[in-house]
Amino acid sequence: MSTQSLDSLNTAPRTTVSPGMTGRLLVRRAAGSIFVLWAALTLTFFVLHLTPGDPVTAILGGAGSSPSAETVAAVKAEYGLDQPVVLQYLTYLGNLITGDFGVSYIFKVPVTEVLGPQILPTLQLSGLALTFAWTIALAFTLLTVGRGRLLDGAGRALEVFFASLPPFWVGIMLAVVFAVILGWFPVAGDDGFASLVLPALSLALPLSGFIAQVTRSSFEEALAQPFILSARARGLSDSAVRLTHALRHAILPGLTLSAWAVGSLVSSAVVAEIIFARAGLGRSLVDAIINRDMPVTLAVVFIIAAVYIIVNLAVDLLYRVVDPRTSPTGSAA
Amino acid sequence: MSTLASPAPAAQKPSKALPAGSGARSIRLVRSTPAGVWVAGALLLFLVLAAVAPSLFLRQDPYEIDPANAFQAPGAAQLFGTDQNGRDIFSRVIAGTGQSLLLGLAATAIGLLLGGALGITAGVSGKRVDSAICRFVEILFAFPGLLLALIVIAVSGTGVVSAAVAVGIGSAPGYARMLRTQTLQVVAAPYVETALALGRPRSHILRHTIIPNVARPLFVLVTLGIGQSIVWASSLSFLGLGAQPPAAEWGAMLADGRNYLQIAWWIAAFPGLFITLAALTTTVAGHHLQRRLEAEV
Repeated sequence: MSTQSLDSLNTAPRTTVSPGMTGRLLVRRAAGSIFVLWAALTLTFFVLHLTPGDPVTAILGGAGSSPSAETVAAVKAEYGLDQPVVLQYLTYLGNLITGDFGVSYIFKVPVTEVLGPQILPTLQLSGLALTFAWTIALAFTLLTVGRGRLLDGAGRALEVFFASLPPFWVGIMLAVVFAVILGWFPVAGDDGFASLVLPALSLALPLSGFIAQVTRSSFEEALAQPFILSARARGLSDSAVRLTHALRHAILPGLTLSAWAVGSLVSSAVVAEIIFARAGLGRSLVDAIINRDMPVTLAVVFIIAAVYIIVNLAVDLLYRVVDPRTSPTGSAA
Repeated sequence: MSTLASPAPAAQKPSKALPAGSGARSIRLVRSTPAGVWVAGALLLFLVLAAVAPSLFLRQDPYEIDPANAFQAPGAAQLFGTDQNGRDIFSRVIAGTGQSLLLGLAATAIGLLLGGALGITAGVSGKRVDSAICRFVEILFAFPGLLLALIVIAVSGTGVVSAAVAVGIGSAPGYARMLRTQTLQVVAAPYVETALALGRPRSHILRHTIIPNVARPLFVLVTLGIGQSIVWASSLSFLGLGAQPPAAEWGAMLADGRNYLQIAWWIAAFPGLFITLAALTTTVAGHHLQRRLEAEV
């Protein structure tokens, strides 16, 4: 994306960003993001420690077990639960810096070993879902905006409809139609691209409704700009105007929305993972919550928050580079 | 039960939003309201009726087990078919409407109360309180989508009440941000300045001038929020964290039906259809109200 066409629209006093400024901005924004991540982790840590019920019960196999006092004491010492909460917190933070998320209460192995294999499937699922969502949203925008009342209205209605679809119902209906009835894709499982399509689509359809609503309004605005008229006057065809001139302006606001979308995709992936019986972070989170596996819960929350914050930071900075008019004090987190 | 009825006025609000005027005006209102809004309003009315008076639609006991009639496909006898225990799905979906709408309303109310407390306090307070609250809300925003609700469930345990509180807390940061912006606009409005100049006590201004004006657009927020809350709450039940089987709750029924997708698609399809209808109709009504309000200003 070139900055030139955007500069031509520029009315703000500052038109360029010097490398020094961008560098300082980067450091400040990154520091802010690290603070938010640390605060989010701290909040989660202490809130989870308020949980009623003894973690030792979870470690020793649920409410049914009746361990002896010695076993309880030994387990407490082993997991550091005999320490004051503040000390536990400091130890946790110290270990976290070295990449140690503690030991799972349920699996009795390091959390990194439990979650390591779960990260890639969730990222693949979210990535493909975002790609699908953008493809569908852009198709909506390019095919229906400014194409007469009927198409325009149909596009609008479909977007609202898509945006209100609950992902888990979409997933189930897709599974019924394309897996059970048509047999084009597997109903469940984890092998290869084919098993990824339906779960990704179930997350992508509702998201595409949201993205299309945003790109539609900016596309409409772009089509009303003088430079579109001048491009048409130069004899450019309608599709050329749409693809090369208007689309560029329509994508920008959608980018910010995508940062939000990545976060919500990673966390709503849990639904798709359960419907299609896939491995992944979301599934691990729900299992950990049900079994009261605190270290795993905390780690998944940390990973999702970190991904979300990093993507937001990246988009925020990208946006500033692409569009220098954006004020450096604004917040997009 | 009276709280359940409030989505109904939501659908009819447009006619009340304009002052009761001449006949020509109401004809214009009827014509300018898109057909989709009428359809959504009618469906919403149906859902509210099913929630308030399920006996109007119930054809069978939603909990009655009849193994001889298990897995019946939708037909004349059973409109939506029967599930693995031979229970009538139409009756179960109708019976679940009340709980699902109530869950959505309760969660929205909790989210609005918490978000409103944070947002309005930030909006009327000085710089330090404002920036402290903004920081806190920003930290809550680090938990995207359902994540905040899942953390609350991790602490409070599973169950219907837990799910309502979790979804409420999960949606609070969004409301806090919107209500802060709204409050800042109201505080800067000339009528607040006038009230201050007239020497009214600050608490009086807060209660009688600021809060009523901040609350006005809430109607739209609530309508839009209920749909979202219903979807989130039923997601939690679907994940086994909210209402538990054999409760006739839409999300829990969907989870139930997921196990029989290959042989009986209708067990999962119809509860999901109703979740979608609830979300869609409240969204359409909310957008319509928003446009009306904007057109009035």
